[in-house]
Amino acid sequence: MDYIGEFRLPGQLGQFFITLSLVASLVATFAYFKATRSSDQSQTGYWKKLARISFILESFSIIAIFSILFYIIQQHLFEYKYAWQHSSRTLELKYLLACFWEGQEGSFLLWSFWHCVLGLILIRTGRQWEAPVMTVISFAQFCLATMVAGLYIFERKLGSTPFILLRDSGVLDNAPALHVNFDVNQPLKRDYMLSIKDGNDLNPLLQNYWMVIHPPVLFLGFASTIVPFAFAIAGLWTKKFGEWVKPALPWALFATAALGIGIMMGAKWAYESLTFGGYWAWDPVENASLVPWLILIAGLHTLLIYKHTGHSLRATFLFFILSFSFILYSTFLTRSGVLGESSVHAFTDLGMNWQLMAFMFIFIAPALFFFFKRYKHIPSIKKEESTSSREFWMFIGSLVFFLSSMVIIFKTSLPVLNKLTTALYGIVPIDILKRQLAAPEDPEYAYNQIQVFVAVIIALLTAVSQYLKYKSTPSRFFWKKIAIPTLASIIIGTLIVVFGDINYDKEGVGFLGAIWLAVICSVYTIIANASYIWLGLKGNLKISGGSISHFGFGLVLLGILLSSAKKEILSHNIGGIPIDFGTESKEKTGENLTLVKGLPMKMGKFDVTYVRDSAHPKKQQWYFQIHFKSRTDNEEFTLWPNAFVNYKGNEGLMANPDSRHYLDHDVFTYISALPNPEKNKDTASFRDVPMKEGDSLFYSRGYVTLEKLVTRDNIPFEGFEPGDKATVATLKVHSFNKTTYTSEPLLIERKGNRFAQPDTIMSESIVLRVGDVVDGRANIGIKESNAVLEYVTLKAYKFPYINVLWWGIVITALGILMSMVRRIRLNLKDKD
Amino acid sequence: MKRIHIILLVFIAGAIAVLISFLQTTTTYDTVQTAMDKPGKFVHLMARWDKSQPMEYDALKDPNYLSFTAIDTLGKSVKVVYHSPKPENFELSERLVLKGKYNDGYFDCKSIQTKCPSKYKDDMKAAEKNVQATTLAEPANADNNK
Repeated sequence: MDYIGEFRLPGQLGQFFITLSLVASLVATFAYFKATRSSDQSQTGYWKKLARISFILESFSIIAIFSILFYIIQQHLFEYKYAWQHSSRTLELKYLLACFWEGQEGSFLLWSFWHCVLGLILIRTGRQWEAPVMTVISFAQFCLATMVAGLYIFERKLGSTPFILLRDSGVLDNAPALHVNFDVNQPLKRDYMLSIKDGNDLNPLLQNYWMVIHPPVLFLGFASTIVPFAFAIAGLWTKKFGEWVKPALPWALFATAALGIGIMMGAKWAYESLTFGGYWAWDPVENASLVPWLILIAGLHTLLIYKHTGHSLRATFLFFILSFSFILYSTFLTRSGVLGESSVHAFTDLGMNWQLMAFMFIFIAPALFFFFKRYKHIPSIKKEESTSSREFWMFIGSLVFFLSSMVIIFKTSLPVLNKLTTALYGIVPIDILKRQLAAPEDPEYAYNQIQVFVAVIIALLTAVSQYLKYKSTPSRFFWKKIAIPTLASIIIGTLIVVFGDINYDKEGVGFLGAIWLAVICSVYTIIANASYIWLGLKGNLKISGGSISHFGFGLVLLGILLSSAKKEILSHNIGGIPIDFGTESKEKTGENLTLVKGLPMKMGKFDVTYVRDSAHPKKQQWYFQIHFKSRTDNEEFTLWPNAFVNYKGNEGLMANPDSRHYLDHDVFTYISALPNPEKNKDTASFRDVPMKEGDSLFYSRGYVTLEKLVTRDNIPFEGFEPGDKATVATLKVHSFNKTTYTSEPLLIERKGNRFAQPDTIMSESIVLRVGDVVDGRANIGIKESNAVLEYVTLKAYKFPYINVLWWGIVITALGILMSMVRRIRLNLKDKD
Repeated sequence: MKRIHIILLVFIAGAIAVLISFLQTTTTYDTVQTAMDKPGKFVHLMARWDKSQPMEYDALKDPNYLSFTAIDTLGKSVKVVYHSPKPENFELSERLVLKGKYNDGYFDCKSIQTKCPSKYKDDMKAAEKNVQATTLAEPANADNNK
């Protein structure tokens, strides 16, 4: 049956390219495999050529799929589920890309796309390593292609295609209006597309510019971890155990930088867009990408050790293998739905768990098998490293990084552990296996209390190691160079601790002490590495990449410590709002403050006023103008936090914070509650009191006096026509909190008809109106109602020194990239 | 044995100790009854909001006070007090994970996780509901076919 209004061509083309990419990547894998295995030159050449053609064809397919899917989204072809589910007509152009990777399918494509880019570069530069390395990458491409294949093999669904039609996806099955005879058992109506007017839109929380840039960078990081992994596998495979490290080093540096930036862009997004009050919440999704990064850092350092001394080659193999393995594990965690209860931001379960699991094991199992099989053959040095050598301490550092990552991933994997024990219980029914473990009372502290000590050790090692030489260091030489930076750091660090007012005592003295120690140590990292550029490297910036990134890393640590330990809640609610409601007010100080429109409230050193709000022209999105005015100085600014209300079938509120950035701190605020317009229906009625000039009437929080009562035939009121008459009552409202307001309700008389024009005193939540005037007495009506009150409840934080963290990241990444450029140059020189 | 191996063992032992102590601090998922059985102990209570009972939240009165009744799958219910604003999507939630402890006749909740369509997730149920809502809003179509 043909349906009206469907444009099927893009989907058919897209599906064709998906199939092509599936086949081409399989051919590339096989051909590269043969090229690696064959010892005959002409054979190798033949297979290599075939492999390259297939890989290029595969890359072309991926780009074609990419373009077609983007076309579908951009043209609002809602007959495709992907466009319907993730976008809408009202969506701004810049967020169309964010729609692309909101879904699992799009993000798999993004990952695949980066593999293509990296693969093409490797084809050009890989030389002898091209074949084995590209075997691994092509195989990964094949696996990724199966994720979006959308094929059914033996009744098993293989992947989920982004080109599935809306009517095939099951979404419309329960919508009777779209079916013939309103019977969901009947087929769809031919013109069902007429009813699909708009898409479901991008999740409001993702409508943030970081969401346009963060996923591509993060996936570039994800994709690039495969390169050091593939080199390590290539080394094991070809038994050239030591030679791969040289070409792999720039790639390892690149992966470190890309993954690190990607993760921290996510942190910046969380900081600006999520409302859990910070950039990092030890959320499983965050942890899952942090862990491979930590292992990558460990591998990077052991690789350098090997290059300079011949030690730690085995560790390097293991770390690069594990780093990519944990990328796969993290993919499994975030996409399988296994996190369920414990994470707020994982992808939905697409019913591909077995496939994700297979993806993970098909790489991890053979890689580890290979590693242990070849373990004895991997060269290692029997002689011990001297404790005065750089490599000894670097290795310790790598080990700490690695173990810290293992601790983090173990804690993150509680839901997986529960699944495993439940499965085990089926086999061995011991009671202890029946227990389902949940996160500790304070899950963030559970991480922080351990990681703060990791920070101390790592900071110390990062500060000191550069001053040590490889192999061994004469102690006079070492102490002479490091004495001044050490002394300076102790002094400056102590000053920061003493005068910086770091008093995070929520978790007790022990933890505060650890924070102090970590602050001093990170200052040490900063100073020691900055001075090493001059003391050790004579100011030669070309070779200072390492020192610069370590300097940046010190800033990162310091920024994390300061901003977390000194984070302040500004919106402390001390006595509720000044209006006394007289009921059983729970005198617990809360972290949220309610602002009534027009009424300034004290918040920290600020007087904060909810001035007005404005709506997005097309969406159910409101912007609230919140004005901050300092009582102690001239500081004054306005923030516009916004919220989506009852958006697209999601009842309730989705808030987007706004923050004011200063050099040394941010003021950060978001809407935490809004009045519910449904519930707050105005049920109160007017109470009419006959009054003459000078009379008063009482209401619950004050009294109202009638000052003047006049009738005019011309007033500055919109819609007032000649011939109309208006009765104007001037009323003074005296509130018990000693504020007075003037109110002027009107009664307009037009051709024998009367219209009341009531006046509202918002902050007193009263409405006043004026009725008939008889003998100089007017009926003044008063209505008290909370429904007239417009208010917002918000939460505000002060994040101090958050910029230290952001700049630290930029500098770290720059340093790493400088090292990468230098290593590439060195490698090129070697070849000439 | 090399020095580095000793350090390795010490570190690994340390990491294992950390993990074991972590397992000691983990809490449990509970029903209303089992949470009531251990007052003062921090638990994850799995329940849903009992819509037949009144919910109290007035941001004007106190934005940091929410109280409602939670009922679990076994049908047992408990009063919950939460000292923060009502979470987003509270009304929509199908299930709640309430973290807190039972004390003095009510469940003192530290944080609420709403298990409902889309905070960040795409949820097809919300989407389907949306389609139905938009299509049902077209009575003209409906009449033609009857």
